[in-house]
Amino acid sequence: MNSLLGGKISGWLAGRGMLLVLLLLAVFLGFATLADQNPNDAEAGIGLAKTLDGSKTVLIVVRPSEEDSIFAQAIENQIVGQNGRVVEIIKGAPSDARACLERLQKDGVKLDAIVCNHFTASWSIFENMATKFSGLGDVRIVEPASYRWPNFFKRDNLVNIVNQIAVIAILAVGMTFVILTGGIDLSVGAMIAFSAVLVARLIRDYGGGVDAHAPALIGCSIATVGICALMGMFSGAMVACFSIPPFITTLAMMLIAGGMAYLISDGQSIDRVPESFMWLGRGSTLMRIPIAVVLTAIIYLIAHLAMTRTVFGRYVYAVGGNREAARLSGVSVLGVLVLVYTLSGALAGLGGVVMASQLKSGAPTYGHMYELYVIAAVVVGGTSLAGGEGKITGTLIGALILAVIQNGMNLLGFDSNTQKCILGGVLLLAILLDGSRLKLIK
Amino acid sequence: MNTAALQQTRLLRMAGIVKTFPGVKALRGVTVELSKGEILALLGENGAGKSTLIKILAGAFLPDAGDIFIDGKQLKLQGPADSRNAGIAVIHQEFSLVAGLNAIENIFLAKPIQTYSVIHLHQEYIRAKELLDKLGADFDPRTPCRLLSVAQMQLVEIAKALSEKASILVLDEPTAALTPRETSRLFILLDQLKKSGMGIIYVSHRLDEVFQIADRMQVLRDGADVVITNVNSATQSQIIKWMVGRDIEQSGVSKKEVPGNVVLRAKGLGNGVKVRDVSLEIREGEILGLTGLVGSGRTEVARILAGADIAEKGEITMEGRKLNLRSVGEAIGEGIFLLTEDRKNQGLFLRRPVHENFSIASLFRFACFGIINKAREIKAFLSHRDSMGIKVSSPFVRAGNLSGGNQQKVLLARWLERKGKVFLLDEPTRGVDVGAKEEIYILLRKLAANGNAILLISSELPEVLALSDRILVMHDGQIKGEIKDVGNATQELIMELAIQ
Ligand SMILES: Nc1ncnc2c1ncn2[C@@H]1O[C@H](COP(=O)(O)OP(=O)(O)OP(=O)(O)O)[C@@H](O)[C@H]1O
Ligand SMILES: [Mg+2]
Repeated sequence: MNSLLGGKISGWLAGRGMLLVLLLLAVFLGFATLADQNPNDAEAGIGLAKTLDGSKTVLIVVRPSEEDSIFAQAIENQIVGQNGRVVEIIKGAPSDARACLERLQKDGVKLDAIVCNHFTASWSIFENMATKFSGLGDVRIVEPASYRWPNFFKRDNLVNIVNQIAVIAILAVGMTFVILTGGIDLSVGAMIAFSAVLVARLIRDYGGGVDAHAPALIGCSIATVGICALMGMFSGAMVACFSIPPFITTLAMMLIAGGMAYLISDGQSIDRVPESFMWLGRGSTLMRIPIAVVLTAIIYLIAHLAMTRTVFGRYVYAVGGNREAARLSGVSVLGVLVLVYTLSGALAGLGGVVMASQLKSGAPTYGHMYELYVIAAVVVGGTSLAGGEGKITGTLIGALILAVIQNGMNLLGFDSNTQKCILGGVLLLAILLDGSRLKLIK
Repeated sequence: MNTAALQQTRLLRMAGIVKTFPGVKALRGVTVELSKGEILALLGENGAGKSTLIKILAGAFLPDAGDIFIDGKQLKLQGPADSRNAGIAVIHQEFSLVAGLNAIENIFLAKPIQTYSVIHLHQEYIRAKELLDKLGADFDPRTPCRLLSVAQMQLVEIAKALSEKASILVLDEPTAALTPRETSRLFILLDQLKKSGMGIIYVSHRLDEVFQIADRMQVLRDGADVVITNVNSATQSQIIKWMVGRDIEQSGVSKKEVPGNVVLRAKGLGNGVKVRDVSLEIREGEILGLTGLVGSGRTEVARILAGADIAEKGEITMEGRKLNLRSVGEAIGEGIFLLTEDRKNQGLFLRRPVHENFSIASLFRFACFGIINKAREIKAFLSHRDSMGIKVSSPFVRAGNLSGGNQQKVLLARWLERKGKVFLLDEPTRGVDVGAKEEIYILLRKLAANGNAILLISSELPEVLALSDRILVMHDGQIKGEIKDVGNATQELIMELAIQ
């Protein structure tokens, strides 16, 4: 009975161990980053203004930032809508506020309330208003209510996590294919640099530089991804036709791509690209979801369907599971191998384009060591380095675990060297927690 | 020493052994007893739990319940090393040889002949050669194991177990890939070991062997003991009934009278090593038996015909057209299929689910624009499962978790699903139980009756005699004889041709 239960638990874990790890990490960070939240957005502004329904004349005081301006604007609209009057919006420092209050007092204006946010409400000028500015009447200082909520679970942070990992996650799809066939692709990191400088240079030299239009940008990006695919295809052909170990083949390709990145860019960062190029990496769609995140999601969806529902997926698993059996079953082992390395190259190229777009430039230093993070994401996601076993959904979870760990450490304020040590430790721990390995210990 | 006295001492007792895998109760309280100087045959259908019981004795699995006693002392097995130290030597059904090492290194892997960790290479060579010679192996013990045929690997496995000074020897289907010559050599050895006081557990689906060498037998069904009896007090059909739980009609196969046109013809095939000048033709609706001793080149001929190996000499014609096969894919495109004899290394994807193993060669039948219709795939698998009696709890079980015989049936189903013209079947019933064998024979006859040409490679002579319309006998890479009148042929006649 006991062993039956144990079997069930370990069976459940084997499939979902990494999801569990991800959830545990999220719960932990949820508690560790619990903090007072002082909302400062349009929504908070409207809510605050609604509580001032009786007040006729108000003054709005915020800092001179874009975020605060939106906040102030929302309040003004709401108050005007409630038939109130906003005497002035101050966007500045405490001295500005003092000047304004003195002026208003001199003009004999009576104020009902001064609307602040959490930062301006704590200015010392607003202390003892009744004695300092008795001429203004009975003035209330109001700010949006604060509440406790984990920084980790703030919407912007969550979107940020996915956005930060997008490049690695995209590469990890190609790497999953390659590792499933029993290979490895070490060239993807260098391929990012190559792709980023190539697309930047194409835009600069042929696309029209800072004045490039959308068709030119799309053309340059597609050409770059295509060239990276060809380089991947070359690796695949070397692996498949000449049986050169993938480790060596892709190591060579890593050197080639890395070297070419420097040659193409003369070792400089290329940044003569238009603002609009940042649409891919930093733009947002409806509901403020970044384009890069949408792109990653689409790639994962397609890859997942390909691996679970198509002949291609079956063949990849077959080649990785038992190459000789696959050959004797009539599977074109050569074709499958060339295809997976081609896909890996193309996705690395796409990752490079996204990165160039995020950073609005291409430099040969991009993507340094990314191959290791990508491999880590795949392996943490449960794909066996021996090939034949693994899932795309696992890779997605693996990439998210990596991202969550890094994001969490940023939130908790570790410096980058400490972060590396912790990342290494947590990765080992995460792999140990995987159900399939627990069974081995038993 | 006198056998009766030896049998007084109870060597091994496994009591109330229970083992459950997720979804399968493999053993539900099995008790086995073995005395010194006796051979116990362990029988049962595919998936009955024989190999599981043996793996427990070998320390490869821990039982959920039950005790093991050796010489009356309780034994707590924590791993294979414990079992080996207790004097138990096991030959597993699936080989456990290291492919990159040669036969000598594999034989002495666990217990090298050494002083201060320095291995006596020459001594090991001599000892290995001696053992292999006794078993009738004719290859150089320095050959890397990955170059050996399945039967040769089997001999290495046997030699490995014999090299250990064990008091209990367990053999899980050791003869499934052996021809009568090697089998009889093995039996002579087993008889000697038995006389010297060793206790032997022997698993086989070949009942005639059981009558030949075993003293007692025990039948398992669905993980439980059915019968334990002396060999002399049972008949073959009785045993089969105990195993399957119902009567099996034996030899219900009918042969076709007039074979049709020649489908596949090979002339002067040679690959320089194992195959030297082989010519043969296979006709529509015919089952052509190909047999011979281990290492006589049967498998190699099939591999050339299937495009898996490239011939150096000779030509192959298909329905009159000359074929220039450069890959297995091309041969499959012509409708020539090869069922490999080495299911573990060349046939199965052990870590993938059964249904994927089944459909890999015919995915296009279930796919539309590259997208697989899984419901149709599963349905096709289930119909094969029922017609062959594949014992598997669901199509999503990993192939590696199936019993050996059931794995073999999955492989056979892979090729039966695909419509072809020429089926090259290398030991198609290796490890399959008697009941299912009959079913497969009927399936193969039906396949032939539908106009397919079948090349049946088998070491099991009764099978070759029962199924084939014609028989070719190979020796040393050449075809040494053809038997046209199979009805009047005997095993002795075949062996005569095979040994020359
Ligand atoms: N590792 C495993 N995981 C899950 N199920 C298993 C495992 N090994 C065996 N089984 C199941 O246990 C049952 C008994 O298998 P076992 O290999 O002992 O059969 P067997 O009697 O040796 O059959 P065969 O004659 O085909 O070799 C089968 O149903 C099999 O599917
Ligand atoms: Mg077995």
